[in-house]
Amino acid sequence: MDRFKLFLPLIIFLLLAAVFFGVQRQVQTGDYSPTALPSALLDRPLPDFSLPTLDGGQLSRDQLPAQWLLVNVWATWCPTCHYEHPFLLELAQRGVLILGVDYKDKTALAVKWLEEKGDPYFATVFDGDGSLGLDLGVTGAPETYLVDAAGVVRLRYQGALDQQVWEREFLPVVSQFSGEAE
Amino acid sequence: MTLRFFGVFLLWVAALPALAVIETYQFDTDLQRQRYNAFIEELRCPKCQNQNLSGSDSAIAQDLRRQIHQMIIDGKSDIEITQYMVDRYGDFILYRPRFSGAALVLWLLPVALLLTGLVIWSLMTSRRGRRAEDSAPLSDSDRQALQALLDDQIDDDKPSSGGRL
Repeated sequence: MDRFKLFLPLIIFLLLAAVFFGVQRQVQTGDYSPTALPSALLDRPLPDFSLPTLDGGQLSRDQLPAQWLLVNVWATWCPTCHYEHPFLLELAQRGVLILGVDYKDKTALAVKWLEEKGDPYFATVFDGDGSLGLDLGVTGAPETYLVDAAGVVRLRYQGALDQQVWEREFLPVVSQFSGEAE
Repeated sequence: MTLRFFGVFLLWVAALPALAVIETYQFDTDLQRQRYNAFIEELRCPKCQNQNLSGSDSAIAQDLRRQIHQMIIDGKSDIEITQYMVDRYGDFILYRPRFSGAALVLWLLPVALLLTGLVIWSLMTSRRGRRAEDSAPLSDSDRQALQALLDDQIDDDKPSSGGRL
């Protein structure tokens, strides 16, 4: 027993080292992000909005199609959005509906961006003062929300989308909720 | 000449904090200003890991400060403002966690640990007390043996008892 007590500090050290190493490992593989916040909007309806669109119209929450869609918050000042853009185009080609939210941006720059890079969005609302962003709980761009057919937010992802993130984060949620509905 | 230049440079460095003043908001009453200051001290910037709204210059912190100012001017109550923030950013935004939900762990764990410590401490002291009681009574033969030992000891200590080493 006394011998065991002698080794207690070493055992505690080894346990803590194992825990810290495990967490660090998860950060590296992207399974755990210390900066990612749980969204307060999860499983709650998308907030109400009525905003001008980039093509000069007006769009409100009630006009959104009643099916699964992505709400992608982006801006021309955001370098990660630049990186993410080609994948959004690819998703749009596969038939995924994406609503763009041009967050705290300038209309002319945003229109030019979409002309040059291609437009993956079925509509883009212009959120110049960030009021919709505030209602969504956005902390920066890009952020993407997965909204189901009833208009309920099922997932929020902070950061750039790519194929890996799409398969790891989004597809399981879609298949989980589609399975329940059937 | 160089000295004067250096002096100007020092003045410039000393004036740098003036640039750190980010926004100035107008309030109708002192109470409104105090409430605003309390809010930006106690709400956490959602983008930064551990900074309050007053300490952060990130875009989202600026937006939230503007929003708090607007809500105070509009006559919203403290509870309404707090609820507005929690609805959007979750409990994360509160530096003073609420007494509900997952935050209960934060409030109750220290008390629970203290109680556990007290229980362990009282168990240990009572056990030690019992052991002391157990060893107290000596039988007569024990007492005689002890006395013999002590006497022996005293004899040994006497220098007169002769040259034993």
